Amino acid sequence: MSEALPSAKDESGPPAIEVHDLRKTFGDLVAVKDLSMTVPQGVIYGFLGPNGSGKTTTIRMMCGLMKPDGGSGTALGYDILKEADELKRHVGYMTQRFSLYGDLTVRQNLNFIARMYSIPNVRERVDETMEEYGLTQRADQMAGVLSGGWKQRLALAASMLHGPRLLLLDEPTAGVDPVARRDFWDRIRDMTRRGITVLVSTHYMDEAIQCDHLCFILNGVKLVDAPAADVPAQSGLTTWRVTGRDLRRVSDALEGAPGVEQVARFGDALHISGADEAALDRATERWRAEPGLEWERRKPGLEEVFIHLTAQARAAQADKEAA
Amino acid sequence: MGGAISRSWSRIGAVLYKELVQMRRDRITFAMMLSVPIMQLLLFGYAINTDPRHLPAVVSVRQPSEFSRAIEAGMVNSRFFEMEGVVTGEEAADRALRSNEADFVLVVPDDFEARLVRGERPQLMLEADAADPVAVGGPASAMAGIVDSALAPLLDGPLADMAPRAPPYDLIVHRRFNPEGITSHNVVPGLLGVILTMTLVMITSMAITREAERGTMETLLSTPARPIEVMVGKIMPYVAIGYVQTAIILLAAVFLFGVPIRGSLALLLVAITLFILVNLSLGFLISTVARSQMQAMQLTFFLFLPSILLSGFMFPFRGMPDWAQGIGQVLPLTHFLRLVRGVILRDAHLSELVGDIWPLLVQLMVIGGLAMLRYRRTLD
Repeated sequence: MSEALPSAKDESGPPAIEVHDLRKTFGDLVAVKDLSMTVPQGVIYGFLGPNGSGKTTTIRMMCGLMKPDGGSGTALGYDILKEADELKRHVGYMTQRFSLYGDLTVRQNLNFIARMYSIPNVRERVDETMEEYGLTQRADQMAGVLSGGWKQRLALAASMLHGPRLLLLDEPTAGVDPVARRDFWDRIRDMTRRGITVLVSTHYMDEAIQCDHLCFILNGVKLVDAPAADVPAQSGLTTWRVTGRDLRRVSDALEGAPGVEQVARFGDALHISGADEAALDRATERWRAEPGLEWERRKPGLEEVFIHLTAQARAAQADKEAA
Repeated sequence: MGGAISRSWSRIGAVLYKELVQMRRDRITFAMMLSVPIMQLLLFGYAINTDPRHLPAVVSVRQPSEFSRAIEAGMVNSRFFEMEGVVTGEEAADRALRSNEADFVLVVPDDFEARLVRGERPQLMLEADAADPVAVGGPASAMAGIVDSALAPLLDGPLADMAPRAPPYDLIVHRRFNPEGITSHNVVPGLLGVILTMTLVMITSMAITREAERGTMETLLSTPARPIEVMVGKIMPYVAIGYVQTAIILLAAVFLFGVPIRGSLALLLVAITLFILVNLSLGFLISTVARSQMQAMQLTFFLFLPSILLSGFMFPFRGMPDWAQGIGQVLPLTHFLRLVRGVILRDAHLSELVGDIWPLLVQLMVIGGLAMLRYRRTLD
C-alpha cells in the first residue's frame, strides 16, 4: 500500500453536488438518514461504506432516480428533486449491476444509449467511443457474453457517451480482475484531469486511497467527510508498525489487550492501533523493549481508520439501544 | 419545440428498434407468438363441437317389432344416434349407461305394439346419460319428432286415426346467421379475442417487467427519455404482432373454416384496434404491479381464466347467473366477442354495436389511466 495520499485539490468554487439532510426509508428500514454531502468539482470523490450502508440509495437520489423522503440538494446546479430531467442530460451513471442489454451487441447497446440521449452524429460518436475504450474489436459481440472486465468497460463507455460533467459510479470494480481495475482507475484519473467530477463508491481500500476526497457512511449516517490526506489525522487513531521475528507471539499477546483496538497483519509487518494513545503505549511498552523487534510510529492506514470508525459507530449504536 | 418533438420520436424509434432486435433474437417467444394462434385455431376450430352427432345408443326390447325397428331406423337416419345393438332387461340397459357404452337407451316395453294398436298410449322411454347436458340436449329434444315421423307410415289403414294430427298452426324456426349450427362459425371469431388477450397482455407485461428484472430499467430511467416514449416504443412492435395474429386468424376463418365475413371489414378493424389497445394497457398495468416476469405471467393467467369462462366464449353468456354476468361485463373480452360476432356473423352496423363499443372505450381509459398513475418514473 502506498504511503503517499494524493495531495488535496483546491476544494473551493461551486460544488458539483451538494445535498442537505437527505433521507430515504423503505418501510421500517431507514436507508439514508439526514445525510449532507458536498462533492467539490473536478475531484475523485470516494464514497465508502460497508454493504447495505446506503451508498446506492444515495447515488440514485443524486441523479434523480429516486425521490428522497426528505432533504434537498443540487447536482451541477440542478435541483435533484425538481430538475431531474435536465440533470440526467449531464450526469453519467454506472450501475452496480451490469444493466445494459445482454442480448444486444456492444455496438447496438452504445447506439441505443446514444440515441436515448439524442446525441448528434451517433455513428461517429459511437465509433469514437469504442476506439477510446478499446471496444472496436468486440463491436459485434453480444454484451451478455463479455467477461466482467469488458462489461465494466462497456458500461463506463456507455455512461460517458453523452459527455457528462459528473460521473456517478456505483461499485464499478466489483468482480473485476486487478489488471482491468488498474486500467479503470487510470481512465477515471484521466477524466478528472479533463474537469469531470467523479463520485465512486467502493469498499476496496486500495481504491479509496486513490481518491481525492473521502466520505464514509454507515447505516445511512456519515462518519467521515474530508480530503483524503486529512482522514488519518482526523480519525484520532494511533498506529504502531512492528517488524521482526515471531510476530505471532506479539499479536497473540496484544489482541484484546486494554487500549489495543486492532491488530492486523500487513505483509511482513504488524499494525497495532488504538484510539487512546496513552493506553496503547502502555499496552505495548513491554514488547517495545523486546530485542529482535522493530517498532515504528506511523500514520494509520485507511483500512484501520474505517474499521475503527465502524466499530465506534456500532458501539455507540449499541449504547443508544441499551439506554 | 419542433426539435424536442423530433428528439422524442427519435428516442421512440431507438426503443422500437432495440425491441425488434431483441424480439428477433428471442426466437422461442417469436415462434410462440405466431404458433399459438395457429395451434389454438386448429384445436378449437376443428376439435370442439357443441352439437355432437352419432352418439351411441342401444335399444332395450325383448321382441323387436315392426314399430321398434321403424323407430330405430328413424334414430339412425336422424344422424343424432348410432345404434350399438339390442339389450334385454333393465339391468343390461343400466349397465350400458354406467359403462359408458351408450349415451342413450331406448326402452320399448314388451306390450308396446299391442297397447299402441289398442289405442292405449303406451309409454316409450329414452334414458339418457345426462351428466353432460350439452351433449344429450340436442338428440333428446329431437326424439319426439323422430318417433312421430318413424311411426307415421305404419299408422295407416285401421290405425290411421292414431296418426299424430298436425297442430292448428305452423311454427317456423328460422336459424339465422348460422343455419347449420356449425360450432366453428361461432368459436373461430371468438378465438380472435381469446388469442389477442392471451398473447398481448402476457407479452407486453413481460416485456416491461423484463427491463425491471434485468436491471435495464435503471439504465432507461437514468437517460433523459420520458416514460411515455419508452412505453410507446416498447408497445408498438406488439401492436404489429396483434395485427399479424388477427390476419392469421381471419384468413384461417375464411379459408379453413368457411366462416362468412358478412359485415364491414372497416368496422371489424375498428373493433380489433380498440381491443388491442385495451389489452396493451392491461399488460402495461400488470407490469406496474408485477415485480418479475413470473409474476406478470401469473397475473395474466389470473385474468385469462375468467375471460375465457365468463365472457361467453365457452358458454352462453345469458345462461350465467347475474353475478357472473356482472363479472363478465367488466371483462374486455366479453364486449369484444359481441363485437366480432356481431360484425362477422350478423352484419351488425355501428349503431347496433355502440352498446359494446363504449364499455371498451371506458375500460381503455380507466386501465390506461391507472397504469399511467402507477407507472414509476423513478426506482422507488
